[in-house]
Amino acid sequence: MLTKIKDIFRIDNLPAWYFLTPAILVGVSVLVPLLYLIVRAFDADPDLSMELVFRRRNLELLYNTLLLAVSTLLVGTLLALPMAWITTRTNIPGRKALTLLGVLPLAIPGYVMAYALLGFTGANGTLAQLFGIELPRLSGFTGALTAISLYTYPYLYLNFRSALSGIDPSLEEVSRSMGYRPRAVFFRVILPQLRPAYYAGALIIFLYVLGDFGAVSLMRFETFSYAIYLQYAAAYDRVYAAWLALMLLALTSTALVVEYRLLRGLFFHRIGMGSEKKASMIPLGPWKWPAYIFVTVLVLLSIVLPLSTIIYWMIDAFDPQQLTGLRRALTGSVSASAPAALLATALAIPLAYNGVRHPSRFTRGLERIAYLGYATPPLAFALALIFFTLGSVPILYQTLTLLIVAYALHFLAEAIGPVRSSLYQASPRLEEAARSLGYGRLKAFFLATFPVMRNGLIVSAAFVFMSAMKELPITFLLAPVGYETLAVNVWSYTAEAMFAEAAPYALVILLFSTLFVGLLFAKEWAQR
Amino acid sequence: MTRKFSITITCITLILLTVLPYTLLSQSLTVYSGRSRALVEPLIQKFEEEHNIRINVRYGSSTQLAVALLEEGSRSPADVFWAQDAGALGAVHRGGMFQELPPVLLSTLPGQFHNSDGTWIATSGRARVMAYSIPRVDTTALPETVFALTDSQWQGRVGWAPSNGSFQSFLTSMRLLEGEDATLQWLNGMKDNGAQSYINNSALLQAIAAGEIDIALTNHYYLFRFREADSQFPVEQTFFRAGDPGNLVNVAGIGMLSTTDSRDEALDFIRYLLEQENQRWVTEEVYEYPVRINLDLTPGRSSLQDIQDLSPELDLDELSDLDGTLNLLRRAGLL
Repeated sequence: MLTKIKDIFRIDNLPAWYFLTPAILVGVSVLVPLLYLIVRAFDADPDLSMELVFRRRNLELLYNTLLLAVSTLLVGTLLALPMAWITTRTNIPGRKALTLLGVLPLAIPGYVMAYALLGFTGANGTLAQLFGIELPRLSGFTGALTAISLYTYPYLYLNFRSALSGIDPSLEEVSRSMGYRPRAVFFRVILPQLRPAYYAGALIIFLYVLGDFGAVSLMRFETFSYAIYLQYAAAYDRVYAAWLALMLLALTSTALVVEYRLLRGLFFHRIGMGSEKKASMIPLGPWKWPAYIFVTVLVLLSIVLPLSTIIYWMIDAFDPQQLTGLRRALTGSVSASAPAALLATALAIPLAYNGVRHPSRFTRGLERIAYLGYATPPLAFALALIFFTLGSVPILYQTLTLLIVAYALHFLAEAIGPVRSSLYQASPRLEEAARSLGYGRLKAFFLATFPVMRNGLIVSAAFVFMSAMKELPITFLLAPVGYETLAVNVWSYTAEAMFAEAAPYALVILLFSTLFVGLLFAKEWAQR
Repeated sequence: MTRKFSITITCITLILLTVLPYTLLSQSLTVYSGRSRALVEPLIQKFEEEHNIRINVRYGSSTQLAVALLEEGSRSPADVFWAQDAGALGAVHRGGMFQELPPVLLSTLPGQFHNSDGTWIATSGRARVMAYSIPRVDTTALPETVFALTDSQWQGRVGWAPSNGSFQSFLTSMRLLEGEDATLQWLNGMKDNGAQSYINNSALLQAIAAGEIDIALTNHYYLFRFREADSQFPVEQTFFRAGDPGNLVNVAGIGMLSTTDSRDEALDFIRYLLEQENQRWVTEEVYEYPVRINLDLTPGRSSLQDIQDLSPELDLDELSDLDGTLNLLRRAGLL
C-alpha cells in the first residue's frame, strides 16, 4: 500500500518531518476554502447550476480575464526587467533610492491607483485643469492594464533583482573570456538564469490579475473576480459566486501546472570551489539618458502620480481631529500585517525547501496547493474561514489570530517565489558539508542554507506585509469587532465620496510601507 | 546568542499579539454597521459618553455583513445590525435572526418607516435622483420619467451602477410598480441605448464631471459631498415627476438580533439614534433625510416627509425581494 502511494507520487527521498508537517498542514488549510466552495456550489439544484456554468457571459469573462492577465504580464516584464538591470548592474546614481522606488508601488492600493489615473485624465482631470491637456479618460481594458501593471510590476522587479544580484559572476567572466560579446552574455548566460525568478514573479502577477478587484471595478473592465464581487455584493445567494470562483480556480490550476512544467529540472546554484564574488558594475555610457528617462517616467507614473493625487485630496480639507483615528488604524494594520508577513515567510521555507531539495510530485504538489489559496477569491476565502472556525474552533472566531493566519495563508504564494529562487541559488553541497561535520539536518540547514536565503526571505516578508496592509475583503469579514485598519478606512471614505478624509489613511499606508521596506533593505545594505 | 534572543522576543510578541482577543476588553454592545465609519462614528462616540456603554463596531458593506450574519447564525457576536438599505435588513429578517422591537419604539415613527413585522426600524432616508452635467445638458430637455432615458437622444450618455444596493432597490420598486416585463424591457432598452455601468455612486458623479457621461441615476447626497470639496463641481441633480420609480425613497435601518444578550443596551442605542438631536446631525453632516417628523431644520434641508410625495407608494418591506431583481439583472446580462 505504502509503496504504491510512494509510486504514484514518485516519492523517493522524503523531507524530514519538521519540514514535511508544516507543509502538509498548510496544504490542508488552504484546501479547506475550496471544500467550502464546492459545498456551496452543489447546494443549488443541478438545473440552476448547469444554467449558471454554461452562461455565455462566462466565456466573455474568461476572455477578458486571460487578456488582461497576459497583457499585464507582458507590460510588467517590459517595466521590471530594465528597472532591475539598471538598479543592480549599472552605475546609475542613487541605486538604493531607486530600488526602494521600484518596490513602493506595491504599497499603493489598487483602487487608489485607479482613482489617481481616472482623476488625472478626462475633461475635468488634473491634466486638463492644470495644463489644459485633455486626454481621453482611461477606462476598460487600457485603464485596467495601465493601473494594474503600474502597481504589480514590483513583483517581477524584486524577483529579477534578487536573481540578478545572486548570479554567480564567474559565469559571465568565463563566457566573456570565451569570446562572447556583452549582448550575447546577456541573452545566452544571464537571461536563462533568470528563469526561475521570472516564473515565480510571473505566476504571482498572473494570479494577482485573476483576483484583482479594485482596479478592474473602477476601470469598468469585467473579469471573473469583478463578476464574483458583483455576485457577493448583490446576491445573498452564494451559488453563482461559488461557481465563478471554482471556474477561476480551474484557470489557476492550469497556470500552476504550466509553471510546474517550465520549472522542472532547473538548478542554478554555484558548483565547485572558491568563494562567491560580487558582480562588477557596468558603466552606462551612451545608455545614460535612455536609462534616466525610463526610470524617471516609471517613477512618475507609478509613485508620484498616485502620491500627488492623495496629497491633492488632502489639501482641500485636513482635519487634525483625524489623527487619533489614524493612530488606531495604523496599530490595527501593523499588528496584523507584520505577524502575518513573518508567519507567511516562515511557512514558505518548508514548502519551498521540500519542493526544491526533495522534489517529487507530492512535495511539488504541496507547494502548488499554497498558490490555490492566493487564487481563491478573498471574499470566498473569508466566508469559508468563518464557516469552518465557527464549526470547529469557535473560540478563534473574530480574533486577531484568525486574521493573521488568514492573511498568511492567503498571501503565502507571494512569499514562496522569492524563497524558492533563493534556494535554487544556495548550493546543497554546503549543507552536505555541514552535515558531514556532524551537524543534524535542521542545524545544517540553519548554518549553511538559511544565511544564503536572506535576500529571498526579506523580499517575501516585504511582499506579504504590503499586501496585507492593503487587503480589504478578508479584513472586513474576519477582523475582530472594533478593529480597524488603514485600508478599510481608505476604502470606505472613498466609496462615500469623502476623498479628503480618505487621504491621510492612504498616505500612512504608503509612508509605513516605505519605512518597513526601507528597514528590510537597510539590513541588506549594511551587510554589503 | 543574540540571534536566539531576538527570535525568542519575536515569538513572545507574536503570541501576545495573537492570543489577545479584542472582544475581552470590556462589557459592551456589538454593532455590525453596513453604514461606513464616516456616517456613524461621531454618533457612536457621543453615545458611549452619554450612556457609558462601550460600543464595538464591525464595519463592512451591508450585504457582506448580512451574508456574514447568515453564515454566523446563532453564534453571531452581533447585538444589532445597522444597515444601509432595506434589502440587507430584509435578508437578515427572512433568515429569522431579528427579534421584534417594542411597540412603543416603533410608534415613534410613521408606519412606513419600519417593516410590518416590526423587526427593524428606519434611522434615516435617501432618495434616488437624476444627476446631470451642467454644461452639457439642457435642463428644459430633461426627461420626466426614468423610462424616457431609453430615448435615442440619450444614447451613450447615461450612467448607472447595477451592482449598487440602492440601484437594485430602485429596480425592485420598478418591478413592483410596473411589472417584470416592463422592467426587463427597460433594462434591455437602456443597455441597447449604451448605458454605462459603474461600480458605485461616487464613480458615477466623477464620470459626469469628467465628461464620460451626461446623466446618472444615483442617490441624492453624493452631490452635496462633492460640492463640499469643490463648490464649482459641474453637476446638478433633479427628481423625475412625482410617483416615478426613479424617485424611490429608501431608508437605512437597524434591527436587534434575537441572540443578543444585551437587549437593554441595544434598545438604548436604537432609541438614541432616533432622538431629535441625532436625527438633525444626520441631516446637517451627511446630507441624508431624517425619519423623525416635526424637526427644526436648517433652511434648505428637507425632511423625508417633505419628499415622500415624490416617491412611488410602496411598503419598504417589499424592497427586500431582491432575488427577482437580481434575476432580471442577470437575464439582461448586467450581472
